[in-house]
Amino acid sequence: METQAFQKVYTKITNLTKATVTLKASDVGYDEMALVNGRMAQVVKIMRDEVILQVFGGTEGIPTNADVVFLGRPPQLKVGEQLAGRFFNAFGDPIDGGPEVEGRTIDTGGPSVNPVRRKQPSQLIATGIAGIDLNNSLVTGQKIPFFADPDQPYNQVMANVALRAEADKIILGGMGLSNDDYLYFKNVFDNAGALDRIVSFVNTTDDPPVERLLIPDMALTAAEYFAEEKQQKVLVLLTDMTLYADALSIVSNRMDQIPSKDSMPGSLYSDLARIYEKAVQFPHGGSITIIAVTTLNGGDITHAIPDNTGYITEGQLFLRMDSDVGKVIVDPFRSLSRLKQLVIGKQTREDHPQVMNAAIRLYADAANAKTKQENGFDLTDYDERTLKFAKEYSEQILAVDINIDTEKMLDTTWDLFKENFSREEVVVRQEFVEKYWRK
Amino acid sequence: MERKSKTTGVVAGIIANLVIVEVDGPVAQNEICFIHHPESNLMAEVIKILGKNVYVQVFESTRGLKIGTKVQFEGHLLEVTLGPGILSRNYDGLQNDLDKMEGVFLKRGDYTDPLNRTIKWDWKPLAKPGDEVIAGSWLGEVPENGMPHRIMVPFKFEGSYVVKSVVEPGQYTVDDVVAVVTDADGNDIELTMVQKWPVKMAVKAYKEKPRPFKLLETGVRTLDTLNPIAEGGTGFIPGPFGTGKTVLQHAISKYAEADIVIIAACGERANEVVEIFTEFPELEDPRTGRKLIERTTIIANTSNMPVAAREASVYTAMTLGEYYRSMGLKVLLMADSTSRWAQALREMSNRLEELPGPDAFPMDLTAIITSFYARAGFVYLNNGESGSITFIGTVSPAGGNLKEPVTESTRKAARCFYGLNQTRADGKRYPAIDPIDSYSKYLEYPEVMEYLSQNVGESWLDSVMKTKTLLLRGREAQEQINILGDDGVPLEFHERFWNSELIDAVILQQDSFDKIDANCPMNRQKYMLEKVLDITDKKFSFETFEDVNGFFKRIINHLKQMNYSEWESDKFKTYESELEDIMKERLN
Ligand SMILES: Nc1ncnc2c1ncn2[C@@H]1O[C@H](COP(=O)(O)OP(=O)(O)O)[C@@H](O)[C@H]1O
Ligand SMILES: [Mg+2]
Repeated sequence: METQAFQKVYTKITNLTKATVTLKASDVGYDEMALVNGRMAQVVKIMRDEVILQVFGGTEGIPTNADVVFLGRPPQLKVGEQLAGRFFNAFGDPIDGGPEVEGRTIDTGGPSVNPVRRKQPSQLIATGIAGIDLNNSLVTGQKIPFFADPDQPYNQVMANVALRAEADKIILGGMGLSNDDYLYFKNVFDNAGALDRIVSFVNTTDDPPVERLLIPDMALTAAEYFAEEKQQKVLVLLTDMTLYADALSIVSNRMDQIPSKDSMPGSLYSDLARIYEKAVQFPHGGSITIIAVTTLNGGDITHAIPDNTGYITEGQLFLRMDSDVGKVIVDPFRSLSRLKQLVIGKQTREDHPQVMNAAIRLYADAANAKTKQENGFDLTDYDERTLKFAKEYSEQILAVDINIDTEKMLDTTWDLFKENFSREEVVVRQEFVEKYWRK
Repeated sequence: MERKSKTTGVVAGIIANLVIVEVDGPVAQNEICFIHHPESNLMAEVIKILGKNVYVQVFESTRGLKIGTKVQFEGHLLEVTLGPGILSRNYDGLQNDLDKMEGVFLKRGDYTDPLNRTIKWDWKPLAKPGDEVIAGSWLGEVPENGMPHRIMVPFKFEGSYVVKSVVEPGQYTVDDVVAVVTDADGNDIELTMVQKWPVKMAVKAYKEKPRPFKLLETGVRTLDTLNPIAEGGTGFIPGPFGTGKTVLQHAISKYAEADIVIIAACGERANEVVEIFTEFPELEDPRTGRKLIERTTIIANTSNMPVAAREASVYTAMTLGEYYRSMGLKVLLMADSTSRWAQALREMSNRLEELPGPDAFPMDLTAIITSFYARAGFVYLNNGESGSITFIGTVSPAGGNLKEPVTESTRKAARCFYGLNQTRADGKRYPAIDPIDSYSKYLEYPEVMEYLSQNVGESWLDSVMKTKTLLLRGREAQEQINILGDDGVPLEFHERFWNSELIDAVILQQDSFDKIDANCPMNRQKYMLEKVLDITDKKFSFETFEDVNGFFKRIINHLKQMNYSEWESDKFKTYESELEDIMKERLN
């Protein structure tokens, strides 16, 4: 731990709460890091000669005469090529038994990219998952979360996406990760021979929850180093952002702030946006793509955490169990990739946008037919056909275990159209129907 | 707010971007100050004064700031700099020119000049010596991207003045003296092309503000046809995330018949601004043939930029709009999203530990929103010319619930309500504006009704009302079908339902990403609406409800293909005649 001989040691804490300590001190900078009895802390408020520190590990057992040392710096990370293949905690200290990283020290949570220095994202990320590539194509520089109930295999899907994405670096930011999931990621990356492209910052369920608050900044500082300085394609995985937001609310409640919706701090939107907006495409080719996980409570997306997230990110991938086919699918209704129009029909086949929309429209018709059926009404021939289509579409396109290329996804969808509908029922531009409606 | 010496102070407290300064002299509410952080000067605005303690919101991160740091008060409020060269610029919320900043990352305290001081403008005088002038009077003009940019007597000037001299036509920079005016006491005042104005105050340099009466064409069918916005009118677009607020605003800013478009990207995504930077220099203004970017100014204060400047950004945008309106131009102002501005107010109000209103928003939220919307409008200037600001803001209701404070406050302020509906968006029925809940109060204005029947068609309003009725009856029929089943209702119900589906598919839905369909001029809108209404009037013969479904799907398909085809092209006409053939099959 970093303490230096000449630093002043304070030993008189005047107030103590579950998360904070207050003491009299001078020459302290806002956001500055400190050590309280060896525990990491950060300045969150200064009033004249009184300084309030948030102690990340909690204040249990801290006495009023604890040693307090100010470090004269905000949270920092040492960056360099050596980060690759390594595992760190929320403070950027190695947890894999390896040596300290040699490199340049930079402040985390730094400034934003000037919007005029960004480039419009335009490079397709192929994942092989049709529910993503066909209906919600991802693009480098995008930020998008999985919305999933806690029992869904979001970490597995995310790991698959990461490995297929052809990124130069994958940076894992784990917040409240169970030890099993942490080992799962380690194994998958190892088995894929990808460990040397991966940097991990992990806060597990064994660590104090408030420490999670530092994870996204750590991960994104490393990402900026590789993307901006080394001009690499960087993919950042953040799981689980709901646990991050929970930590925010713990802190704000302990600091007696007025909560807004769902006991979240009023600044939740800005707090999350600051993280997600680090996703960027640089003109020189480097990029940061963020794929996150936001776990839901019983599928409720109106809760403040998914709600604010949805307003910030460039779409969301909604995982749902389809009981008709017994598989987890990417739900075409609630899922959205806002950047898809930058690539579909341009980097993919010309008929992509229209085929995608037509299939979803028919899938919606099937949902209506299903409601009708559940209400005990007779189904029309068209209804029956949409139901059959929906089942096949779910199995062959939407299921997360599909791994095919976009061309195949489009051909499969045309096949399903032809099998179940007439040309007019499909409503696609005439020229495409003529070209792709298979005889 | 003239003061002999500048008031100074020292930092006494820091909570995120709220800083408490102990001062040694007078300060004013909303006055600007600079905090002398060793790295750079941080700009801040006074928001509360308690004795010697002045609370300021800092427009930057306060990281590393220490107690005792010196602060200097500037003696003026947050101001914008007005002059030629604002068009096609990309500013942040405080009107710093983003392109002038160095480096990839924004640097704290990097304040750049909004204007170019060296280029020369082609000046043509409009006033002559001896003319009596007041604030806002036109002294001369310079062409700015093809638009006449009027140089005016500064808005801050009170009372009347006499023009003493005006420079000859020629090339001048914005800082050259272009006119001299004499005040009532006989003092001569030199004027350049530049003036400043505090953003939170409305510019009142006009003679009167009548009720809006003209239609502002946007090229979006569901607006222009069903719920038109008037030139100088106000509207808002509330909708859950992903329902199409931003796409709709971008579509409007591309195709609306405005001279100037100002877009305030307020606390939303940076990539959406990049989209404008990338697309607008390529796209043409359908009316002038010039590039869209030439008539556009962007105020980008995206969600990752400092929160306090987010609040300033909408005021900056509005003030720039008022400046161009005073030149007799038609300004379209867009803000996406006004909820982020309200949230910025909430964050600060919470930090100030003010008594919170509903959902922890400040108590005076409605008043703040209303007085902002009131700055839009159609005006007659003192010289008889007219100008306008049409304002459309988006609202991002928490949890998609329209009963939340920002939506409810905005409803009181805006005259058009374009509510985006989640179910429509889920079904990809874009734009997802709910045709039944949405409204335009302008349709009830006699002057607007008069304008529409004179300029669009005598029976136009009847057609619009009929369309609304058909949509409503279609929805009722659909509810009955859902309750009683397809066979449980008379065939007529299916026809009613499908008539409304026809209107929905052909008139309401519009693909903003299709080259042709994206923009639909009024004459085309009229043609298509009349065509569709004509079909709804016809008596077709059907045996079963499945006949009805099948038939309508076929005609919808053809009408959609028409929407995708070049106006009056051969393709368009072929689809149209095929459509006639299909209909003949079912006509008695
Ligand atoms: N008029 C439209 N035509 C086609 N697609 C649209 C239209 N409006 C919205 N969309 C789709 O919906 C997505 C979300 O729209 P957006 O305007 O970004 O939503 P919001 O601003 O309400 O969150 C877009 O990325 C696009 O895929
Ligand atoms: Mg938006």
